[in-house]
Amino acid sequence: EPHGNYNLGRMALPEEIAAWNLDVSPDGTGLPEGSGDVLTGEEVFIEKCAVCHGDFAEGRGNWPKLAGGDGTLADKDPLKTVGSYWPYLSTAWDYVHRSMPFGAAQTLSVDETYAIVAYILYSNYLVEDDFVLSNENFLEVEMPNADGFIVDDREEAEAHFWRDDVCMSDCKDSVEITMRAAVLDVTPEEEEEAGAEPAEAETEMAAAETGEV
Amino acid sequence: MTADKKSNGASRRAFLKGAVAAGGAVAGAGMARAAGEPDPLITEVQEWASGFGEGVDATPYGLPIRFEDDVVRRNVEWLTADTISSINFTPIHALDGTITPQGCAFERHHSGAIELKKEDYRLMINGLVDKPLVFTYADLERFPRENHVYFCECAANTGMEWAGAQLNGAQFTHGMIHNMEYSGVPLRTLLEEAGLDAAGDLADKWIYVEGADASSNGRSIPMDKALDDVLVAFKANGEALRKEHGYPVRLVVPGWEGNMWVKWLRRVEVMDAPVQSREETSKYTDTLADGTSRKWTWEMDAKSVVTSPSPQSPITHGPGPLVITGLAWSGRGAITRVDVTTDGGKNWTQARLAKDGESKALSRFYLEIDWDGSEMLLQSRAHDETGYVQPTKAQLREVRGENSIYHNNCIQTWWVKESGEAENVEVS
Repeated sequence: EPHGNYNLGRMALPEEIAAWNLDVSPDGTGLPEGSGDVLTGEEVFIEKCAVCHGDFAEGRGNWPKLAGGDGTLADKDPLKTVGSYWPYLSTAWDYVHRSMPFGAAQTLSVDETYAIVAYILYSNYLVEDDFVLSNENFLEVEMPNADGFIVDDREEAEAHFWRDDVCMSDCKDSVEITMRAAVLDVTPEEEEEAGAEPAEAETEMAAAETGEV
Repeated sequence: MTADKKSNGASRRAFLKGAVAAGGAVAGAGMARAAGEPDPLITEVQEWASGFGEGVDATPYGLPIRFEDDVVRRNVEWLTADTISSINFTPIHALDGTITPQGCAFERHHSGAIELKKEDYRLMINGLVDKPLVFTYADLERFPRENHVYFCECAANTGMEWAGAQLNGAQFTHGMIHNMEYSGVPLRTLLEEAGLDAAGDLADKWIYVEGADASSNGRSIPMDKALDDVLVAFKANGEALRKEHGYPVRLVVPGWEGNMWVKWLRRVEVMDAPVQSREETSKYTDTLADGTSRKWTWEMDAKSVVTSPSPQSPITHGPGPLVITGLAWSGRGAITRVDVTTDGGKNWTQARLAKDGESKALSRFYLEIDWDGSEMLLQSRAHDETGYVQPTKAQLREVRGENSIYHNNCIQTWWVKESGEAENVEVS
């Protein structure tokens, strides 16, 4: 059947669209029928997720923390998790279903995904331990940071960066060095110096944030 | 990984070794002054002036000469939990001009660089279209093509520098960027092939784009951008995309953050609302000091950096003529001007653009000076055609705080010491 200006490509079949069109929107569009409870989610999570994300979704080593950080977004070091930061539960369902576990994506069933997401909610103290998440009640879950986002406002908030009055000479009386990367010394350099443990480097970074020359 | 094996090429130790070998800073490396003694490289017949070089069959596809083996991508292990969902850095300190050699152009993957052959490649267009379509790679090559040069800058480029001077080298502070000449088909052409009548009013419509890899890297893009200048590209710098850059097909989203340049592009869905995927909620949102976060910060603002001298590219020739050079770019249009200071911003001189700025592409600038051997605090300041002037880090922090992670386009300072070594610093 001819189509378009060039008649190139062919019609996509419903089965093909169903196989690839997996995205889930904040209004629930794209959510398949199914359900899962917290306790089932805990079992699946321990088996398939906890090796990186911890038994309680608190994160291991340098791997992402999925729980915690409530109320820290304005802190010096915010902890951004599903509970503390993510605006929509749809994103958690969609991302887990499509791209997790890391290294074995697209192996979770629909019901397993509901269960894992229920467990992540529980780990963030957002539901009780007998909670059952399904496509029916999905939109009832309130995400704490749902209102935490604004659309890019740089053209207003940073309007003063558009200017025609740049200073070219005698712009300051003095210039002092206030921070040096060499003091921090976390740049990969020589063989024997490479491979610092992430945790160690994080400590050094934290130290450097307050350190001045 | 590369950083484990390779030195920085111009690390402090290598620098000092080089200076000693050349007889100190005054008689810098590479000097060929006749101090009475004739230069044997001239007076004696060298091997290469007498015997054979390699035959034309030696290298069907060549790599750079071995003396340039420090001009490579490097990673920083502590930045990410593993090397699969990670980043490496373009050696911008060692490059010139504007075109990035593909072989050392930075990589950013979320589930590794996948191998997807043309025969296995499929592109689906679905959603609010008249006819959902599937294209093969061969189909794509039959649409009318365009060529454009654009920079691709990771949203996180310079992100480690928000809280202070962290990494010592332009490669690490500014190397999540490459600039290539792309050949491909306008996304508009493909969307029109599927038909947009079903979408109704296009002003409030979106597309959702995703890759064939496990991470999918799905992102939402407003329809007006999709119909404006987005390219479905299959060639870069004249040849097929590299595997790690999306072979055989990637999205090119001029001026916008690199995350949206979806690699191994497999699907474009026309939608009436954004998906608000992981890559536009959890990631690629910019947290402000009060704890609220900006989303959909797509444009990469005007930015520049001096690539030489810089920590990995120290001055080894002593006082006298010195070429200060660097890169400038803007996601909002063409670079119109770059100012350079050698005294930390007290006084500025307009640098020379190697050629007129091109929209949403890298520009090369030069400032030739006569260096007197005293220390310098080098900075560059870009201006783009919208009148935007690159801000200082203090100006950015004033609006955003220190936890934005992304979109750090601040003015960079290199402290060039009397020895010619340079260091990443912040100044008052």
